[in-house]
Amino acid sequence: MPISYYIFLAVIIFSIGVTGVLTRRNSIIVFMCIELMLNAVNLLLVAFSKLHHQRMLALDPANITAGTEGQLFVFFIMVVAAAEVSVGLAIIVLMYRNVHSVDINFLNRLKN
Amino acid sequence: MNTFQITFWFLSALAVFSSLMVITRKNPVYSVLFLIITFFAISGHYILMNAQFLAIVNIIVYAGAIMVLFLFVLMLMNLNKESEQQKNKYLLWSSGIAGGMLMIVLIAALDTPDPAIITKPGTGEIGLIKNLGTKLFTDYVVPFEISSILFLSAMVGAVVIGKKGD
Repeated sequence: MPISYYIFLAVIIFSIGVTGVLTRRNSIIVFMCIELMLNAVNLLLVAFSKLHHQRMLALDPANITAGTEGQLFVFFIMVVAAAEVSVGLAIIVLMYRNVHSVDINFLNRLKN
Repeated sequence: MNTFQITFWFLSALAVFSSLMVITRKNPVYSVLFLIITFFAISGHYILMNAQFLAIVNIIVYAGAIMVLFLFVLMLMNLNKESEQQKNKYLLWSSGIAGGMLMIVLIAALDTPDPAIITKPGTGEIGLIKNLGTKLFTDYVVPFEISSILFLSAMVGAVVIGKKGD
């Protein structure tokens, strides 16, 4: 497929994630939209890694590992996302325990 | 239109549809389930691009572990009883328009008019565990170890934050 199709798909999914963060009030859904954005970026990284691999392979047929870095970055993004979700959900549970709601407007009360 | 293209369009439509469903459903449990469908569609894209290891890891880590965590937290909170109160209509529309504008600007900025730049299916072996693992444990072994420290601190942080009573 042309690389621009993958760019379009990733941009559309990323924008859906941004719109979700802006429109929803439930902080868990805001979190899920952040995951959606991370996955759009992952998809684009894999597509570019594939493209880079093909180009390098065409230049030098012995270079069979070109483009591995893109996939490793996706791997590290997944690692960071997993850590982020565990801490973020713990914070949301703590907030729910204090104010009995997960509405992001209640986060105003943190300032007191 | 060959099988590869049909699969590509099907997976793309599935991913976009279910991610739209994620942000429009009122019930958060439905949002989680549609997000799992989105992750499966993205894993299908990974397989089409010969990134088999990432496809499996995406299913195991995202759809298997992270989404189960979300579901547990949702069920712990029992949010279904009161529905989410909505912002006023102007804010809703303006944030929708802002997201749409972002999409248009990004597409206009990133569009490559050259249709010859294509990804060919069924070529390359960089997605296999052998190549990825060799690279990860030779050139990227320091970031790998640092990520283990990150996980340790995230684990300690989650336990400290989630501890009841202080």
